[in-house]
Amino acid sequence: MAKFVTLDGNEAAARIAHLTNEVIAIYPITPASPMGELCDAWSAVGRKNVLGTVPSVIEMQHEGGAAGAVHGSLQAGAMTTTFTASQGLLLMLPNMFKIAGELTPTVFHIAARSIATHALSIFGDHSDVMAARTTGWAMLASSSVQEAQDLALVAHIATLESRVPFLHFFDGFRTSHEVNKIEQVPETDIEQMLRPDLIEAFRHRCLTPDRPILRGTAQNPDVFFQAREACNLYHDAVPATVTGVMAEFEKRTGRSYHLFGYTGAPDATTVIVMMGSGAGAVEDAVRHLTSQGRKVGLLTVRLYRPFSVMDFLEALPKTAESIAVLDRTKEPGAVGEPLYTDVVGALVEGWREQGGETLPRVIGGRYGLSSKEFTPPMAAAIFDELEEPNPKRHFTIGINDDVTHLSLAWDPDGLHEPKENYRAVFYGLGSDGTVGACKNTVKIIGEHTDLFTQGYFVYDSKKSGSMTVSHLRFSPEPIRSSYLVRHASFVACHQAQFLDRHDMLELAEPGATFLLNTTHGPDEVWETLPVEVQQAIIDKDLRFYVVDAYAVAESAQLGRRINTVMQTCFFGLAGVIPTEEAVAAIKEAIHKTYGKRGESVVERNCQAVDQALASLHAVEVPSETRGGRHQIPPVPTDAPDFVRRVTAMMIAGKGDLLPVSALPVDGTFPTGTAQFEKRRIALQIPIWDPDICIECGLCSLMCPHAAIRSKAFDTAQLQWAPPGYRARQAKAKELEGLSMTIQVAPEDCTGCGVCVDVCPAKSKEVAKHKAINLEAIDDHLDVERANYDYFLGLPEFDRREIPRESVRGSQLLEPLFEYSGACAGCGETPYVKLVSQLFGDRMLVANATGCSSIYGGNLPTTPWSVNSEGRGPAWSNSLFEDNAEFGLGMRLALDQQRSQAAYLLEQLADVLPGDAVQELLAGGDGSEQWLLSQRERVANLRKALAGVDRPAVKELLAIADVLVPRSVWIIGGDGWAYDIGFSGLDHTIASGRNVNILVLDTEVYSNTGGQASKATPRAAVAKFAAGGKAVGKKDLGMIAMAYGNAYVGQIAIGGNPRHAVKTLLEAESYPGPSLVMAYSNCIAHGINMETSMTHQKDAVTSGYWPLYHYDPRHAKVGDHPFVLDSRKPTTRFADYAAKEGRFAMLARANPESAARLMELAQADISERWRWYEQMAGVERTIPQASNENGNGKGQGESS
Amino acid sequence: MNVDLTTEYLGLKLRNPVVVSACPLTESLDQLRGFEAAGAAAAVFPSLFEEQIVGEERNIDELHEFGTESFAEALDYMPELVGYNTGPDGYLQSLEQAKRAVDIPIIASLNGSSRGGWVKYARSMVSAGADALELNIMFIPDDVFVDSQEVEARYVDLLSAVREAVDIPLAVKVGPYFSSTANMARRFMLAGANGLVLFNRLLEPDIDLYELEVKPKLVLSHVEEFRLPLRWIAILRDQLDISLAATSGVHRPEQALKLLLAGADVTMVTTSIYRHGAGALTRIVEGIRDWLGNNDYESVAQMRGSMSKNNCPDADAYGRGNYMKAIVSYTGEWV
Repeated sequence: MAKFVTLDGNEAAARIAHLTNEVIAIYPITPASPMGELCDAWSAVGRKNVLGTVPSVIEMQHEGGAAGAVHGSLQAGAMTTTFTASQGLLLMLPNMFKIAGELTPTVFHIAARSIATHALSIFGDHSDVMAARTTGWAMLASSSVQEAQDLALVAHIATLESRVPFLHFFDGFRTSHEVNKIEQVPETDIEQMLRPDLIEAFRHRCLTPDRPILRGTAQNPDVFFQAREACNLYHDAVPATVTGVMAEFEKRTGRSYHLFGYTGAPDATTVIVMMGSGAGAVEDAVRHLTSQGRKVGLLTVRLYRPFSVMDFLEALPKTAESIAVLDRTKEPGAVGEPLYTDVVGALVEGWREQGGETLPRVIGGRYGLSSKEFTPPMAAAIFDELEEPNPKRHFTIGINDDVTHLSLAWDPDGLHEPKENYRAVFYGLGSDGTVGACKNTVKIIGEHTDLFTQGYFVYDSKKSGSMTVSHLRFSPEPIRSSYLVRHASFVACHQAQFLDRHDMLELAEPGATFLLNTTHGPDEVWETLPVEVQQAIIDKDLRFYVVDAYAVAESAQLGRRINTVMQTCFFGLAGVIPTEEAVAAIKEAIHKTYGKRGESVVERNCQAVDQALASLHAVEVPSETRGGRHQIPPVPTDAPDFVRRVTAMMIAGKGDLLPVSALPVDGTFPTGTAQFEKRRIALQIPIWDPDICIECGLCSLMCPHAAIRSKAFDTAQLQWAPPGYRARQAKAKELEGLSMTIQVAPEDCTGCGVCVDVCPAKSKEVAKHKAINLEAIDDHLDVERANYDYFLGLPEFDRREIPRESVRGSQLLEPLFEYSGACAGCGETPYVKLVSQLFGDRMLVANATGCSSIYGGNLPTTPWSVNSEGRGPAWSNSLFEDNAEFGLGMRLALDQQRSQAAYLLEQLADVLPGDAVQELLAGGDGSEQWLLSQRERVANLRKALAGVDRPAVKELLAIADVLVPRSVWIIGGDGWAYDIGFSGLDHTIASGRNVNILVLDTEVYSNTGGQASKATPRAAVAKFAAGGKAVGKKDLGMIAMAYGNAYVGQIAIGGNPRHAVKTLLEAESYPGPSLVMAYSNCIAHGINMETSMTHQKDAVTSGYWPLYHYDPRHAKVGDHPFVLDSRKPTTRFADYAAKEGRFAMLARANPESAARLMELAQADISERWRWYEQMAGVERTIPQASNENGNGKGQGESS
Repeated sequence: MNVDLTTEYLGLKLRNPVVVSACPLTESLDQLRGFEAAGAAAAVFPSLFEEQIVGEERNIDELHEFGTESFAEALDYMPELVGYNTGPDGYLQSLEQAKRAVDIPIIASLNGSSRGGWVKYARSMVSAGADALELNIMFIPDDVFVDSQEVEARYVDLLSAVREAVDIPLAVKVGPYFSSTANMARRFMLAGANGLVLFNRLLEPDIDLYELEVKPKLVLSHVEEFRLPLRWIAILRDQLDISLAATSGVHRPEQALKLLLAGADVTMVTTSIYRHGAGALTRIVEGIRDWLGNNDYESVAQMRGSMSKNNCPDADAYGRGNYMKAIVSYTGEWV
C-alpha cells in the first residue's frame, strides 16, 4: 500500500541521497543547507543506508572542498554525494569537469538558486545549474516535491548504469522548501533498484594498490582531443539509460516519467517548453485553457543534459506551430537563453527528419528570476502571445519592462485556481510560531485525511520583527500549483499591528473567513481596525472572527507563542476536518513535536488548544466604517525621491509592481535608507532616567541597532526642546558646561533590552530601577518620537574635541550604521556600529557574505548611513569566499590613486601655493584635527586649481579626495575568516598592506542557521556537530601573529568595552594589516540575547575568550609586542558554559560525552592561557620592511 | 565491648544511626559505594525538584523555538537531538542504579511544586525501587493575605495526597518556622508520615554589595546548628510515635551522640562529607561506638532519647528556661 508523507523538497531528495550513498561531504548554503543538515542528523543517530551502513558525513571548509572530498571518495570507491546551490555550485565546477571527464558516477542534488550578479539573492532560478551545463554532467530537473524524491533515485541508478555523473536539481525555495504530500518510495524498491552489479562495477573502477592504475594524467596536444572524444558513447547512452530507469521506476511505483513530459491538448498548436517548478503554474493554465477548447500544451524538460533531440521531438505534438521556451536564467548577449537555443537547435536538427513540415516558430522568454512569482495568468499571456501574428521573439514575463519593452502584459486576476482547492493564508510574526504551526497543519491534514496538502512560506528580509506569510492549499487532487495563493478562502492575521502597514486582505476572496488575533473583543474590535481594513471586510463580505490568542497563550504559560491557539481556531473555522478530530490531531502533533522536550511543554500546548475555541468569537460586521484610524504610509512623505518611489514600494510588499526603469542598472543604491523604514517592532523601549545616569556610554555602545544614542550639546539648544525633554548638565570633565542626553529611537528600537542589562547605574532608593528602563512603547511612543526628532536635530559634537578612546567619548560620535535588520540583541552589530562611529566618514567596507552582508545590505533598506556632510561608509559585498582579497583590492586601488595624486601634485606644484604639495603629502597623526585640516587642504587644492587649464588638473581633481586617508575595513563572520575565506585572509595579511580585518566571531555560520565552523569551540553543539564539537577552536589570532608584522587583537565589547574601543583604534592606526577578532553573541549560542553582554563578561573572566593585542610597533628589542589584556581566569569554563544552551544541551542529551568534552574544553582554555602568558613575556623583533608595497603603508600614506 | 549500633528509621533496620542526607553526592554511584564502605547506614538521594524539571523542559523548548522560522536562510539555529533527559527519567534511572549498586537502603527525596507533581513523582520513585520517600516540603508564604492555617493545610494536604498514592515509608522534611512546630509534627504523623526530618536548611538569600543583586548562596552548615533539631527532637520524642531524623550541624560524633541522646533515630550528615570525604562517616560511626563503649552503653537503642525532654534532669532546659540561663551566663561571663 502506498505510503504518503508530508515533507519538503529538500527532505524528499536528502532521504534518497542518504539511503543510497556511503559518504556525504557538505557545506552550508541556502537553500540547500537543510539537505546536509538532515543527512548529518540522520547519520548522527545511526540511520543506515540501504547497504546497511551509516553514511559518513563530513562538513568541509567550502563547496570546493566538498567537491574535492567527493571526488576523492569516489575515486576510492565509495558512493558519494553532496548538496549545494548557487555560488557553491560554481566552486564545485572544476571538480565537476574532472569527475565527468573520468566518467565517475555520482549525483549532486542542487536546490537551484540565483547567482549573485548586480546583487546577491538567496532565491530560486536556474542561473547556477545553467552555469554547470558545460561540465559534461547529465542534468535532471525535478519540478515538484514528489519529483525531487523520485528523480533523485532515478539519477542515482542512472549514474551508476551510465557512469556519467548527474546534477539533480529542483527550484530553490519553491520546491526545496515547499511542503507537499507525496507518495514515498519504499526502501525495498530502492534496495532492489540499486543492483549489486552496479555497485560492483563502480567499486571495480576505484583506486586500489591491488590493481594499481593512474587517473588524472597531464596530456598534450597529440592526444588530449581524441581522449576527450573517447567518452562520447557514454554520454550518448544516457537518454536511453534514464528512460530505462524511469520505466523500471514506473513498474515499481506506478509513477510515470519521461525525459520530456507533455501535458495538454494532443493536437496543440501552441506549446510552452520549460523545466522546473514553473511547470506547475503552466499546467494549471493549460488545464484551464484546454477546458475552454484552446489547443495549448506544456512540454516539461526533465533530462536537460544530454539533450535528446529525438526524445524531445517525439514528445512535442506534431501539430505545434508556435513554441515559447521559458528559461529561468539570463545569459546577457546570447542569441537566447540556454534552453531556448537547445530547442531551436533540436528543431532545426530534427523537425524535418521526423516528418515535420513548416518549422514551428520559436520564441524565448525569461521568467521567475530569483523566485519571482510565475502564475497561470502569466502562462496564459504567453499562450496569447504565441497566437499573435508577430509575437516578441524574446520576451520576459512577470515584470514590467518599461525600458527595453520585452515584457508581456498579463491579467493578474485572470484564471482562478481550481475550485476544489481550499486556500488559506496566515500572516505571522517570526517569533510567534505561525510558520511552525502551519507546517504542522499541512502535516495533520495530509496524514489524517485523503486530502493532498501544500505549504509554502514567505519570509521577511529582516532578521528581527519579521513578518511571515504562510500559503496553504488542501485539495482532493495532488497539488502542483507552484505559486503563491492568490485568492484565499481563509486569511488569518496573527499580529494585529500588521494591519496598520500591510494590505493583507488583498488576497481574501469574496465571502472568505478572516481571523484576527487581537486583545479587543468582538464588540470593540471594529473601531480599532484601520478604516481601509474595515472597508475591505465590508466590500468583500468577509466572515470576521477574533481571538485573544495572547491571553490564551499567557494562561497556558506559553508566553507570546500563539501558534497552537491560532492553529486550533483555523481548524475550528475552516471545517477541513471535524473539530474534535482536528483537536485530537493537533494534540498528537504536539506530542510528536514537543514530546522529547518534556511533558510540561506538551501539557502547556495542549492546554492552549483546549482553551482556544472558547476564546474564538464571531464579529458582527457593521455596514459602515467607523473611527479615524488609517493605515500608515511605508515611509515619511518627506523622504528622498528614490525612497518614496522605490524603497516605499518594497517596504509595502509591492516591489513586484516596480517597473524595470525604477531600479538601478548596476546594483548601486543610496545608503542611509534604514532611517525611513520605521518598523516599530518593540513592545517595550528603553526610557532614560537622567537623575541616575553616570554617563558611561555603555547603553549606546552596546545597542545593536543604534537606537539609543547620546549627545552633548550647548545648553542653549534646550530652548527648542519639546516639553519635558530629558537632558542634564554633563558631569564628565571634558563636557563641562554642556548638556547631555540619552535618547531612544522609539520606532527603530527592537526592544532587545541589552541597554538595560548593561546599564550599571541603579537608583539609590529602588535598586531595580536603573538609568535605563524598559517601558511599554504605547505609553511613550508619541513623546519619544518627538524627542528623537529633536535629538537628531541637535548638532553633532565636534569630533576633534572628543576623547574617542573612551567608551563615553566614542558614543558621542555619530553612528553611520543604524537601525539594521539584525536579530534583536545581535552581538555583531555593536562592533560594526562602533567602527562606523570611529572611522565611518572615511571608510570603505568589503563585506563578506553572511549575516553582516544581509543586515548590512539586504533590501529594501540598508543601515550604512551618511553624516550631515554627506560622508559615510562606502560598502560593497563581493562573495563569501573572496572578501579579504576584495578588500585588499580596494586598498591597492586607493594606494595607486594616492601615488598618482602625488605624482600629479608634483606636476602641478608650479601653480599651487608655496608648500601646498608638501603639506598635502606630508601625512599626519591620524587625529581628527589632522583629518579635518587635510580635508581643508584638499578643498583649498580644488579652489587653487579651479581656473587652471591643464590636463593634469582634471585627472588630479578626480582622485584628490584619496589624499584624505581611507580606512579600509574587511568585515565578515567566522565562517568566512576561519573556513571558506581563510586562504584569502592569510594572503591578505601576508601582503603587508594597510587593511583592517574585523572578524565578527559567532563561532558558527550564523546566517545559515548555526552550522559549525572551525571557530566553533570544543563541546559546543551546533548543526553539523550535533554530538558536540569534538575538536578545539582554531587559534586564528596566533596564526596571524606568526607573520609578525600584522596587528592582531581579540576583543569582547561586553567583556571589556574600553579595551574593544582602544584595540579598534590601535588596529586602524597600524599602517599594515590588522586583524581583530570580536566575540559576537548569536541566537545559535542558545542564550537570552538580552543578557548577551553579560555572557561576554563570563567568557572573558573564565578565560574562554582571553583579550589580547599584538602590536608589531612594539616588536623591537626590549619590548613585548604581545600583551595579554585580560586577567587570569577567575571562574571555571563550566560555569560560563552552563549558561549557554549550545553547551548545556549536550549535558542534558549526553551527559557522559558532555563531561568528557567539557573537561577537554577546560584543558584547552588552561593550556592556551599558559601559552599566552608565556607569549606575553616574549621579546620579538620584526625587521621593518622598507619598500612601499611590503611595509603595509601605501605610498605617502599617513599613519 | 561489643556495642549494638543498629537502629530503626521509617521501619527500616539500619546498621547504625548515621545516614547521608540528601545532597548531590548521593547520586554518584562511586560516591555512594564509598559511603556504604565508610559505614553509612542509609543514604538519601538528592531532591527531585519539580520546578527544576519544568524549568529545564521550558529551557529546552525555548532553545529550539527562539528565532526560528523568522528568516529564510536560518529557519532554526539548533540541531534537534535525540533526547534531552528532561523529566524525572534521569533521576529515576539513577535511583534504580543506586539500588543495584549498594545494599544500604536508599531514600528518595522529592520537592514538588504542584499537587499532581508530588503524587506523580512519588509513584515513580516507588516504581524505581526507593526504600522510603522523604518529602522535602518548602513554601515561602510571602503573601500577607495567606494565614498560617492555610499554609499548614497545604503541608498536610500534600502529605495526605502522597500518602494515599504510595505505600512505602514516608518522611517529611520541613523547616522550623511554624507557629506550633510540635502540633505540626503531630499533624504530619496523623496524616501518615512515618518520620520527620528536622530541619530543612533553607538556602537564605544574600545581597551582592557590588552588583546590588540578590543572590542565592550555598553555605554549608555550621556545627552549632545541630542545637535547633536537638531541642525539637527532645521535645517531640516523648510525645510522638514517629521516626525522628536529625539533620544540620552533624559534623562530628559529639553532635550525633547528643542528638541520639535527645531522641533521634538517625542523624544525617552532609557538610563533613563535603569537607573531609566519606571518611567523615567512619569517624562519626566509630566515635559513637567508642563513646558508647567507653561509657558502658550496650546499644544505641539504650541511649536513644535518654536525654529527651521527659528524661533529662531538667525538662525546662529545652524550653524558655534555657534561653534565660544562656543570657544570664553570657552576660555574667563577660561583664
